[in-house]
Amino acid sequence: MAAHRCVSSALLVFLCVLSVFTVARSQETTPPGGHGAPATDGPQTVTETTGQTAGQPAAEERRWEATEVKEATPDESAAEEQEAPAADTAAPSAGPRPKDDFQEELVIRPLHSGDIYASFQFRTLWETDFTRENKVSHYRLFPKSLGQVISKFSVRELHISFTQGYWRTMQWGQPYQPSPPGAELWVWFQDSVTDVDGTWKELTNVLSGIFCASLNFIDSTNTVQPSASFKPLGIVNEVTDHRFLRYATLPREIVCTENLTPWKKLLPCGSKAGLAVLMKSEKLFHSSFHSQAVHIRPVSPTSWELRQTLNVVFDLHTSGQGKREWSLFKMFSRTLTEACPLASSSKIYVDVTDNPQGEQFELSPATPLLSQEVVLGDRRTFSVYDLTQQITFGTVRSLNLLIRWKSSEGDMLRPLLHGERYVAGYGLQTGEIHTLMYNYHPYRSFPVLLLDSVPWYLRLYIHTLTVTSKGKDNKPSYIHYQPSKDRLRPHLLEMLVQLPPNSVTEVTVQFERALLKWTEYTPDPNHGFYVGSSVISSLVPSIVAMDTNITQERPLFSSFFPCKEESSYFVRVYTEPLLVNLPTPDFSMPYNVICLTCTVVAVGYGSLYNLLTRSFQIEEPSPGLAKRLANIIRRMRGVPPL
Amino acid sequence: MATAEVERRRGQLAAVSIAVVVIIVGVPLWWRTTETYRAWLPVSQINELAKLQLQLSADVEVVFARGTVTPEQQKKVPLTQTQDEEHRVDEDTALRYRYETKYRTATVMEEDALNQPTAAEADLALHTLSESPCGSLVVYVIPESSSLLPQDVDVYIGQRRTALLRIGAQMRVGKTLNQLLTHMEPRVKQVLQVMSFSHTDITAALSDRVRLSPGSKESIADSMRAFKSSPGYEITFSLLNPDPKSHRLNWDIEGAVQNYIQPLLTKLAPVANFSIDSQTLYYAVLGVNPRFDSSLGSYTINADSLAHVINPVEARLGSNAASSNPVLNFLLYVPDAHHSPLHIHDRKKQQVKSNAFHSPRWGGIMVYNVNDFYGPEAAFPVDININMAKVMGVFLAQLRLLLGVQLSSPPPGFLVAPCGSAGLADWELDRLMWSRTVENIATATTTITSLAQLLDQIGNIVINDNIAELVSSAVTSLQLAVAELESGNLGFALQYSKEAILASERAFFDPSLLHLLYFPDDQKFAIYIPLFLPMCVPILLSLLKILSDARQRRREKQAKKD
Repeated sequence: MAAHRCVSSALLVFLCVLSVFTVARSQETTPPGGHGAPATDGPQTVTETTGQTAGQPAAEERRWEATEVKEATPDESAAEEQEAPAADTAAPSAGPRPKDDFQEELVIRPLHSGDIYASFQFRTLWETDFTRENKVSHYRLFPKSLGQVISKFSVRELHISFTQGYWRTMQWGQPYQPSPPGAELWVWFQDSVTDVDGTWKELTNVLSGIFCASLNFIDSTNTVQPSASFKPLGIVNEVTDHRFLRYATLPREIVCTENLTPWKKLLPCGSKAGLAVLMKSEKLFHSSFHSQAVHIRPVSPTSWELRQTLNVVFDLHTSGQGKREWSLFKMFSRTLTEACPLASSSKIYVDVTDNPQGEQFELSPATPLLSQEVVLGDRRTFSVYDLTQQITFGTVRSLNLLIRWKSSEGDMLRPLLHGERYVAGYGLQTGEIHTLMYNYHPYRSFPVLLLDSVPWYLRLYIHTLTVTSKGKDNKPSYIHYQPSKDRLRPHLLEMLVQLPPNSVTEVTVQFERALLKWTEYTPDPNHGFYVGSSVISSLVPSIVAMDTNITQERPLFSSFFPCKEESSYFVRVYTEPLLVNLPTPDFSMPYNVICLTCTVVAVGYGSLYNLLTRSFQIEEPSPGLAKRLANIIRRMRGVPPL
Repeated sequence: MATAEVERRRGQLAAVSIAVVVIIVGVPLWWRTTETYRAWLPVSQINELAKLQLQLSADVEVVFARGTVTPEQQKKVPLTQTQDEEHRVDEDTALRYRYETKYRTATVMEEDALNQPTAAEADLALHTLSESPCGSLVVYVIPESSSLLPQDVDVYIGQRRTALLRIGAQMRVGKTLNQLLTHMEPRVKQVLQVMSFSHTDITAALSDRVRLSPGSKESIADSMRAFKSSPGYEITFSLLNPDPKSHRLNWDIEGAVQNYIQPLLTKLAPVANFSIDSQTLYYAVLGVNPRFDSSLGSYTINADSLAHVINPVEARLGSNAASSNPVLNFLLYVPDAHHSPLHIHDRKKQQVKSNAFHSPRWGGIMVYNVNDFYGPEAAFPVDININMAKVMGVFLAQLRLLLGVQLSSPPPGFLVAPCGSAGLADWELDRLMWSRTVENIATATTTITSLAQLLDQIGNIVINDNIAELVSSAVTSLQLAVAELESGNLGFALQYSKEAILASERAFFDPSLLHLLYFPDDQKFAIYIPLFLPMCVPILLSLLKILSDARQRRREKQAKKD
């Protein structure tokens, strides 16, 4: 490991100057790794050159100019060294061990409904410390834009998801990464941040630029600080004070191609190689459910993890002309030919737990690799395809996974926790929000944390809050309620409820609808107003022992939520967002009102004015019709009228 | 009849009093409730700034070494002279250059320093003796016989703020001091123009304010190349690796920045803040397909197609999320294995030696060929360590060009010392500071005056107190900057001009100016007419009637009198 010292004399030569000035500078080369790098020894001369623009013909104005640099070879020793420039540059494996690592993974789970769940995960690990004083500024695999966001806004943890469609837990089971419809953003800041709200506002604006989304609509009226539901997912450190946490959802956000493109750009290989070539937006958005997310968290005091996930559920049953079969090509209209060359691991997992003997479906090409993972409280078996091995692609040099179903029987393991929500009541004045939480565990009860963030224009009557399970009152052991302030902040309701085994727990609360100012209505107010999903977070008792060893190498999909004890696993369930109608005025009203009031005022004022200024005199009643006619005739005859 | 008359009078009084109430109460009420808040702005001072009188003062010290002045001449020094030079750029802008020249003889220590064997050593020794402040110059006049300079060189410009000037022998004997000074003056002026500012630089810096008559194409190209003055710059180095399957590239950018770029930026710290970052982009390809030139055995890109090279890469570069300062991009492109080697050809079909090019106000690209390292049976991917000294040499040159540190070719007989390890001589920094100060002042005055004009023209714009404060602080900073420039304190002038430009830009781009900007008059009338028309018409009519009645009565009275 001896560092080689090599003296490089940098010769700076200006064209315009007549003599050469040599500056000798000693420079240390990077120490090579364990392998010998013999070629790097010895002094080496480097010619440092300076650009010079004189001497270009004064032709037309041009945008691009060649940088003219004169190579300087003034003395012989320098010229000699120039002949062997390969000394420094071609040293094989002389580079330092890269401090970052990229992994990609695709999990395919055939669902019992006949749909296909495909979950992509890309993980970039970087050994760096964003919290230290001098800025991190040299990026390799980690995207620069996100790194700058982390260091500028002192972000400890950032989770952002964009979802189109609603995850149907009862038909599809639990997803690997849950996300609510629309956009969701939650951020833990470092405890060195003094103005958290200002930083949050700036951060949302920057993120909305990075992801081409309307995150700039996140303001104080839809931001809450949950006290218990959103704990840091990275290493647990001293920052667990929820003053440094901000959580916001935009249930109305439409997710489409323009959000996918910047998301793909964050990947080191882009969509040029590896699993990301499958992400063609016309296929990805022609699906029942699409969710893309970015999670940034520190995984050890000196390393950060960027996890990009994309979950998509294809409904191939209806579009497959009655045939129950699918393939990579059918789903993504692409096949795989290579792994991303930058990835240290690139794998496809197909969930074959329900198909141990091949009686349900037939998977081709067959793979000898099987792996068992404990995920979401269940032991599952996966067929593994390792894309870094050439043999995976076979003789045709392309991998097109194909599943042909044989029977549609089989039972899905019912998810243990499930949530639903709806709004009840009639009329436009009051209503009632019902939240149902199902515990399907046959004999275990477990506590859940329910988080509700309701906009201020639904005025919750918190005294009407009732929690009932099995017809009995179920008193929450912890309630955190933050009342709303009109036009400033939403309601935040968090409570810890114990769910009895095999039961439904219903939480109801009544509300009154507020009247908005006419500029506060959305462009299509008759569509209704969205209320974000409730979040149910829980440690669900596990049937099999969970893997608590975090240092062990595990597939990405099973290592997202840290697992602390063997007997339970963490689940987050999002309910449906609500759509509530508010009393909506006719929007030509303001002008009508102005015109009408002005007319009324003008009429009243006119009569008053007349009364005040006119003098009234008694007038002779006008003569009758007969008399008038007679008078006309008399006038014609020249006799005086009557 | 009398009662009718009384009634009539009462009616008239009622009409008049209603009109009075409307005028005294109604109109001010309406005015107050609908007016926009407009804070006071220092309009007169802004108008003064619109007429810009800039005076640039430079201190020059001319030191005579032993043997350059006769004893009679020596008696008359020390001596101070002031020279003024006025230029009228356009009707609103005038420039005046003031050179305060001090003449003195060299001290003993300086004589010692001048006796060093080479000019560079003399320069260093003189620098250690005394440090001249920013913006000033010292010219040492050395005798003909001095061996410091080569034969054909008259003037040596050092790395700091000193120059050595050799005077010819024939002028030395039997002349008065004045004659000597007149003889030296053109040379000293040339030194000044090289080392501090020249009229062309300053007028180029004023380009924001003054529409220049199209001069020579070359000078326009020169002035267009450098970035506009800004309080900060972001420098981004991007390594483009379009073929990660064949090349595994390692670049020690951190060390290279530390060794090559950081010294320059530390030196430039008074001018602007710089932040550096780097990234590696994979699968980033250039926008043109290089042609294979079989005669050279390499792929080529022509100068004509350079304009299309960047577009697809630019989308990947990404903007800086953390700041809104201008970004200088430096791209190192390693062509993929199938298109290597790749060379850039200029308009004369000659290979560009550095294989690099730059775009004004954008950045530079360098093509780095690695095909030499494939070896006979190299297994892809090939591990390649990039020679950062070679790369940084090119990028440093480009950076100097883009920042506007460049040397217009010095007059004949001048020798300019190479700019040392910092990459920038002190006087080059001074030059940059002079032109940046003038540019900042020009930009800030233009911004402030156009803002004042805009606010004056559009009455609907709300001017909040914070805007007024920003405008006032910009105006004060501008005045201070102009004053400091006049008294020759370059450092302070630059500082104030930076403050001025920041405050003026913030005022100009404040979103609160837009709140009521679009509130057209026709809509206002549409809202007012239903109320105002029925109210005002009766009042006006009855007032007219009262007036005409009064006039008629007066006429009747007049008739009666007659």
